Order: sequence, then C-alpha cells, then structure tokens
Amino acid sequence: MRAINRQIKPGPRLLLGALPFLLVIIAYLAGSAIRLADNPSDKLLPALTTMADAIDRMAFTPDKRTGEILWWVDTVSSLARIGVALAFATVISLVVGIAVGLLPIMRALMSSFIAVISMVPPLAILPILFIMLGLGETSKVTLIVIGIAPVMIRDLALRTEEMPTQQLIKAQTLGASTFGIVQRVVLPQLLPRLIDSIRLNMGPAWLFLIAAEAIASESGLGYRIFLVRRYLAMDVILPYVAWITLLAFLMDYSLRALQDRMFPWFAGARAS
Amino acid sequence: MSTITIRNVWKEYDERVVLERINLDIESRAFVALVGPSGCGKTTFLRMLLSEEAPSKGEILIDGKPLAGEPTAERGVVFQRYSVFPHLTVLGNVLLSLEFERGGFFARLFGGARRKAMEEARAMLDCVGLAEHEKKYPAQLSGGMQQRLALAQTLIRKPKVLLLDEPFGALDPGIRGDIHALMRRLWNEESLTVVMVTHDLSEAFGLATRVIAFERPRLDPVDGDRYGAVIKEDIEVWPRRIAGADSPHRTPVLVSNSPAPGLDDPAASKGLGQDDLALQA
Ligand SMILES: Nc1ncnc2c1ncn2[C@@H]1O[C@H](COP(=O)(O)OP(=O)(O)OP(=O)(O)O)[C@@H](O)[C@H]1O
Ligand SMILES: [Mg+2]
Repeated sequence: MRAINRQIKPGPRLLLGALPFLLVIIAYLAGSAIRLADNPSDKLLPALTTMADAIDRMAFTPDKRTGEILWWVDTVSSLARIGVALAFATVISLVVGIAVGLLPIMRALMSSFIAVISMVPPLAILPILFIMLGLGETSKVTLIVIGIAPVMIRDLALRTEEMPTQQLIKAQTLGASTFGIVQRVVLPQLLPRLIDSIRLNMGPAWLFLIAAEAIASESGLGYRIFLVRRYLAMDVILPYVAWITLLAFLMDYSLRALQDRMFPWFAGARAS
Repeated sequence: MSTITIRNVWKEYDERVVLERINLDIESRAFVALVGPSGCGKTTFLRMLLSEEAPSKGEILIDGKPLAGEPTAERGVVFQRYSVFPHLTVLGNVLLSLEFERGGFFARLFGGARRKAMEEARAMLDCVGLAEHEKKYPAQLSGGMQQRLALAQTLIRKPKVLLLDEPFGALDPGIRGDIHALMRRLWNEESLTVVMVTHDLSEAFGLATRVIAFERPRLDPVDGDRYGAVIKEDIEVWPRRIAGADSPHRTPVLVSNSPAPGLDDPAASKGLGQDDLALQA
C-alpha cells in the first residue's frame, strides 16, 4: 500500500506524537548524566533535581531582597506587555486592513506606505524607541506593535480583497451602505481570519518582547533569562524557556478553540 | 414592474471590443433568457445592468431613467456562486436583507421590528421551501438549497428587476426541475422583470418569455478583437407566457422566430397586452 494511504490508528498515533518529545528528554537526560559524571559542578546541562530546586526557588519562594515571587512577577509583566501589544496591533490592523482592502481611496493612500513600513527591521529601530519613549513600558509595547502590526495589516487587507466580489455586489443590491457592508459582511467574516493572523504573529510577538526585555527592563521572562545568563544559570534558563513555550502554546491553543467556538460556520466556509 | 431599455450599448476593455451595438427593449415583467457561446459577453452585459461596469458607449434605462452609477436595491441579483453570506444562518441571510433595508446606520433591528422582520423572513423561507433549515449555515446546504436561499434573500427586498447569471448552472438535473418550478412561480407571483444568463437552451425556452442569443461574428480572422458580440437571435417563446396568468405550456414548448430582431424590437409592441393581464392576475 502507498505511504500516502497508510492510515495510523488513534493509539499508535498518540505514541508517535509523543515520540519526538521522549527522544529529546532522553537525549537531554543522557547528556546531562554523562557530563555530570565527568564534572559534578558542570552548569551546562543541569540534572532534573537541580532544575526542580531552581524552580522551587524562583516560583514558590519569595525573593529575599524584594519579598516577591520572581517567577510570577516576570510572568505577569511579560504577559501584560504582550497582551497590551496584541490588543493594539489587533485594533490597528483590523481598522487599517479593512479600510485598505475595501476602500479604493485608502488603498491608493496607504498600500505603498505600508509595504515600505513593513520592511523596516523593527529591532533596528529599538534604539530610536528607547531614545524617544524612554526605557519604560511604552517602548517595549511599541516595539511589539511595530513589529507585528504591518504584517497583520497586509494580511487582513489581503483577506478583505480576497472576499468574492459577488458578496459585495450582492450586499449593495440589498441596499447596504459602505458602513453596513463593513459591519455586517466584511468584519464578521474577517474575525476568524484575524485569529489566524494573531496565531501566526504570536511567534514574532514573543521574539520582540524578549528582545526588548533583554535590553532594558526590571522584570519579565526575557529580562530574567538574560540576567541569569551571566552566572550560566542553565537551571533557571531552561525552565523559563519551557515556561515561555508553554505559555505561547496555550495562547495558540486557546485562540484556535475560540475560533472553533465563536465561528462555527468558518470551517465549512473555508473548505468550500 | 419595470421596462429596461438598452440603447446602442458598446463595451470595450482596452483594445478589445466585447459587445457592440446592443439595442433592446425589455418590457415590464418579461423573462429574458440570454444565451450564447462562452466568452461572448453575457456576464459583461449583466454586469452593466447591475452597474458593476459602465458601458463604453450608449445607455441603459430602467423605466426611462438612466441607471444609477452603482448597484441599488431596485436590481436584485443571484450569481452562480457566492450569492449568500457564509457567516450567517439561513434565517440570518434573509433577515440581513431586511436589516439593510430598515436597520438604519448599524443595519440591525431590535425588539418588535426584529420580530416582525423574522416573521417576514420565515414566510419567505417557507415560500422557497427552506423553512425547516433556518438554523443551518450555507455550507451545510446543497447547491440547490443555496440558490433557493439566494433567491429568497434577494426577493424579500422586492427588486423591480431580477438579474441571474447562470444561477442553476452548477445544479444537477433532478434538482434543477424543482428550482425551475420555483422560479416560474416566483416570476408569476412577484412583480419582476427577469434577465437570466444561461448555457442551457431547454432552461431558456422552458422559463423565458423571450430568448436572446449573443454571438461574435468572426468577420476578421486577423484582428477578431475589433468586433464585439452582437444580438444574433431574438426569439419570442410561443405560445406566449404571461406573468401571473396560467401557463400555456402544458404541451412541449414551441418556438417562433421573431422576424426582425434588432433595434426596433417587435417584441415590445407585440407584448402590449401583457401588462394588463399581469395586473388582472
Ligand atoms: N474586466 C475585464 N477586463 C478585460 N476583459 C474582460 C473583463 N471582463 C471580461 N472580459 C472579457 O470579455 C469577454 C466576455 O466575458 P464574459 O465573462 O462576459 O463572457 P460570458 O459570455 O459570460 O462567458 P461564460 O459563458 O463563459 O460565462 C471575455 O473574452 C473576457 O475575457
Ligand atoms: Mg459568464
């Protein structure tokens, strides 16, 4: 039987899915054991117990100096930054994306500008943001917004243009105004596609967040990783990376669940 | 209830002439079927009737008045595909027509006005045979049901003119029979002038009062694009169908070739009695 026709049963499928994870964990444990046997004070691949200690210290014990639990402080400030930035990027890209995708005058005005702006490397203007907006929260949130909004605008403008003209004509023959069409025809069909766009831009959003936190911050997951890097504290860095990955994964997962829940028509419409 | 007058209409794209010298008088409540080979400009013609495209030359009048420069509610349309809104349920699709009509700036109805609109929408769905499917989304409907929905959504706005671009072209023959019956009934009951593009001659003669064929005369083999399609045939279906009256077509359809198609369309003068009969019905 051809490989493309060979279906996998649910049980083996679960096992196969888990296999790469298991392999990575085993490889890590083996590597760590070998290095520690060689040199018990090796910091590169700490044992699980060392990491558990570090997690306990970071996530469950108040910091001696500030009395705060650093892990949660970092998590809250990072999530707040990324959340605010995503909210801004979402609103901006929806408004501008629909306007550019639907209105010829806005397309004429904005499309080349956006095409150029989206080519500016966001990290290259980070110093400008720090100089102009200071080292506070504004510049970090702005970096994320500048990093992802142009791409999202172009994505949503394309999705808007992609809508069958027949639908727009049909709406007009039903007597719809431009605003009526935006509100009742374009926006509702764009929302599930907006979720796709956010999901795809979640990676860059985290990238810009961590870059900004690494350079200037007093808290945040990226800040902590770059702080403890000086002491080669892999026992803290690795759990933090795993935690960031988990957070990003959960955000992605809940966005997808939200899409299925809120737009039951979307799967069928996308298929046809 | 509207006459459509097309006066010496040409349509050109860049160097390419698609349609030329189109002259037509379509009387009120006529059902015109437009046939012709693929690419001869039937859809282009319909798009001009919709104001989606403007004629390069000539003019189009409805009830003697020039067409608005953009699509309006007086001209309803059903396309072969993408005629309904995938994000709304069956009921929501029909309701949306009324919300665009009466819902003001936000195109939404509330309270009593909404309940009344839902009643009207349900009555319309009942009329096209979709009453028990009102909660489904278009993707859950068959092609025939989607086209019924598109018709319901358009007709609830009471357009004067209904434009159809191969509306039943993608349906299989069994379903087509049903939807033809529906189409006949709607044309009889609503006060509509219909222009329908179709590839199917039996559909054309089975539904229409008048069949018009476009064709591009291949006069110039070197530079064929300099000649657009013209009206090749203009046939009145006989015995004459009259909107709102009993159909004479219990027997197989007979066809009479109208003697002088073109500018002075005889169908307009021959059809004098039609309006009166339609009013009686
Ligand atoms: N926007 C456009 N720009 C340039 N040429 C066009 C445009 N729209 C249509 N045409 C040309 O006009 C001609 C007529 O097209 P049209 O779609 O009206 O044909 P049709 O009779 O509806 O064909 P079919 O039966 O295949 O639907 C075609 O040759 C097409 O290439
Ligand atoms: Mg066509």
